[in-house]
Amino acid sequence: MTTANSSIDQADAMPLKEKLAKTTAIQRRRAFLLTLPLVLFLLISFVFPIGQMLFNSIHNNKVSGVVPDFAVAIQSWDGQGLPSEEVFEIFVKDLAKAKKVREVGRTVGNMATRINYEMPGSRSLFTKTARKVINIKQGPYKEALIKINEKWANPQVWLTLQRASHDISPAFYIAAMDLKYNEVGEVVQADELYQIYLKNFIKTLWLAALITFICVLLAYPVAYLLSVLPLRQSNLLMIMVLLPFWTSLLVRTTAWIAILQTEGVINDLLVYFGVIGEDGRIQMIYNQTGTVIAMVHILLPFMILPLYSVMKTIQPTYMRAALSMGSKPFNAYRRVYLPQTIPGLAAGTLLVFILAIGYYITPALVGGQDGLLISNLIAYHIQKSLNWSLGAALGAMLLVVVLALYWVYNRLIGIDKLRFG
Amino acid sequence: MKKFINKTLIAAAVATTMVAGGVQAAESITVVSWGGAYTKSQVEAYHKPWMALTGNTIISDDYNGGLAEIKAQVEAGNVTWNLVDVELSDAVRGCDEGILEVMDHSVLPDGDNGVPAAEDFLPGALVECAVGNIVWSTVFIHDSSKIQGVDGLKDFFDLNKFPGKRGMRKGAKPNLEFALMADGVEPADVYELLSTDAGVDRAFAKLDTIKDSVVWWESGAQPPQLLADGEVTMTTAYNGRVFNAIASEGKPFVINWDGQVWDLDLWVIPKGASNQEATMDFVKFSTSTKPLADQASWIPYGPLRKSSFGLVGSFHSNPDLDMAPHMPTAPANFKRALQNDFEFWADNSDQLNERFNAWLTK
Repeated sequence: MTTANSSIDQADAMPLKEKLAKTTAIQRRRAFLLTLPLVLFLLISFVFPIGQMLFNSIHNNKVSGVVPDFAVAIQSWDGQGLPSEEVFEIFVKDLAKAKKVREVGRTVGNMATRINYEMPGSRSLFTKTARKVINIKQGPYKEALIKINEKWANPQVWLTLQRASHDISPAFYIAAMDLKYNEVGEVVQADELYQIYLKNFIKTLWLAALITFICVLLAYPVAYLLSVLPLRQSNLLMIMVLLPFWTSLLVRTTAWIAILQTEGVINDLLVYFGVIGEDGRIQMIYNQTGTVIAMVHILLPFMILPLYSVMKTIQPTYMRAALSMGSKPFNAYRRVYLPQTIPGLAAGTLLVFILAIGYYITPALVGGQDGLLISNLIAYHIQKSLNWSLGAALGAMLLVVVLALYWVYNRLIGIDKLRFG
Repeated sequence: MKKFINKTLIAAAVATTMVAGGVQAAESITVVSWGGAYTKSQVEAYHKPWMALTGNTIISDDYNGGLAEIKAQVEAGNVTWNLVDVELSDAVRGCDEGILEVMDHSVLPDGDNGVPAAEDFLPGALVECAVGNIVWSTVFIHDSSKIQGVDGLKDFFDLNKFPGKRGMRKGAKPNLEFALMADGVEPADVYELLSTDAGVDRAFAKLDTIKDSVVWWESGAQPPQLLADGEVTMTTAYNGRVFNAIASEGKPFVINWDGQVWDLDLWVIPKGASNQEATMDFVKFSTSTKPLADQASWIPYGPLRKSSFGLVGSFHSNPDLDMAPHMPTAPANFKRALQNDFEFWADNSDQLNERFNAWLTK
């Protein structure tokens, strides 16, 4: 009894400040528990895959996983002439073992593919040799291997193998930046005919900027109208903005195909009214024009909505005050109205630009040959060429570009000024 | 007591056998192929008779070729496809990469004429991880109601003689081969030439002459549609699908066999797929003499068993339309033909597709 009493006394005796801190701490913990599902969700669906992607872009064990002993042994080679007989022996034995075990992800084919990225045309050297290597029962292994295929006497093969034996390597970033290793292992610019990624990055940024700019031009007046029209009309206009927003992306993109193609609605109308001849039908889709038109349409609501929500809060009295004090309408607009819309404009620009540089499906459908963006190249490497590491490296570079933009943006405008509504 | 236990054991054993038998009788496998008219031919000639014979069910699924899905399924350890129809280069590459099961060719039945399977199949149709079923070909086609007088592959690249757009598969293969053959290279020399930088340059230079007029397609159903819509004047296409547009839909399309590039399609089992016994039973059935010949009455893709040749009849919906002359391997069509070299593409596809993509966006 006394103990209970004394504890109550003690509790009463606790200073108010401490008590408050305790209660808020409990509340904070409770609030954190409520957000826990979201935190876990973000961790699993966002942080983990991105981490995995970044890891994949520098980590590739397709050589050390297939010929583990060789991957260690080759490191002692000084790169002069050919590796020693012992290294050849270890290689032959590892290769025969890998051929026999055929473990998923650790087959000779996996290694051959990896080496083929850096030394095109060498893939069959590995797969063919692996079929015959089981017959090599004893040394000299160097001679036996070269007898199977004389390409094994080419130091470049061993140099590439030595380099690729490191699990962690910048090889895929080198490829993603249109560079390559030459015969003696120096990093040089890739042949111009094979350069594709940097140009595509620049093109993606330029198209995204263009799309964002057109979106601003189109969205600003619409958002303004939305914010000043009486409720009835503005509701109708809002529905017209939102209706396409709710329609499936694929449907909207295919609708553009029907409208813009050479045998499509616009060309038919132009021919019908004699503006252009039957032979002069304009190519408006399956090129950059098509990509820009379709993407502006799809991304427009992302510009209109933040602009609208900011414009809605701007008091008309400010403009009236400026005008009544003798300002010219344009000046009043420029110095009173426009600055107040900056947060919405900033939010819309950032949103549209970042969505645009990562866009995939629309350029894939209407981009044709020159309207493809960097995401389409990433998809190509994930789905077609199966070079996941290169896809990951390109993805990581895209991520860096987005983060860099975000940083510049924060410096120029300040992320705290951003308002979505 | 002992008797009772014995009885229970027997009853349990009987029940287990019945359950096991029951499961076996209702097995279901997912067979994946290229869709459209081709999948239909397989459903009619392979799936339906096999399902009737065994009581098992087949779920048919479509894809656009390539190893991406198989690789993803195998590496994730969640294989949902039981059997996939792939090109030769993918069958070999997938086997090398260990994502396909090794197939035991000794279980394949003899031909109807008693010839052992190993001799009955055409050379190259049985590879480590696959059993071949058909020969197909990439050809170029035009619409006879719009243009006449097309004379060989060189006209495909002749924009003066035949102005208008051209449809081509988006990718280096087999456009580089077409370009060289149109430039006068004999089929036998194509891959030797393509193995040199000069040969690749020459192929791209030839493609350059029509680049601005090319519409690129990706799935096999697209080219006949592009031609029907008037989007292109000529297009490369898979011969079976074109035939189908001609025979079933009455389209005035003409197949030009000059410079055709032919290839094999094969069955492969993704590594770790379930129900492999039933799947293998289906492989044995579908690649036996009669189903292969039946398949050819739905689409003109040549059967890979010699014993099937004589049994190839007429088009399923038109008894007057003999299928044999429409096969890629028919002598009249085979005068200037090139077999796709899977090894060349396994070695060079990464590099050449990179150059192709760079060339495309230039």
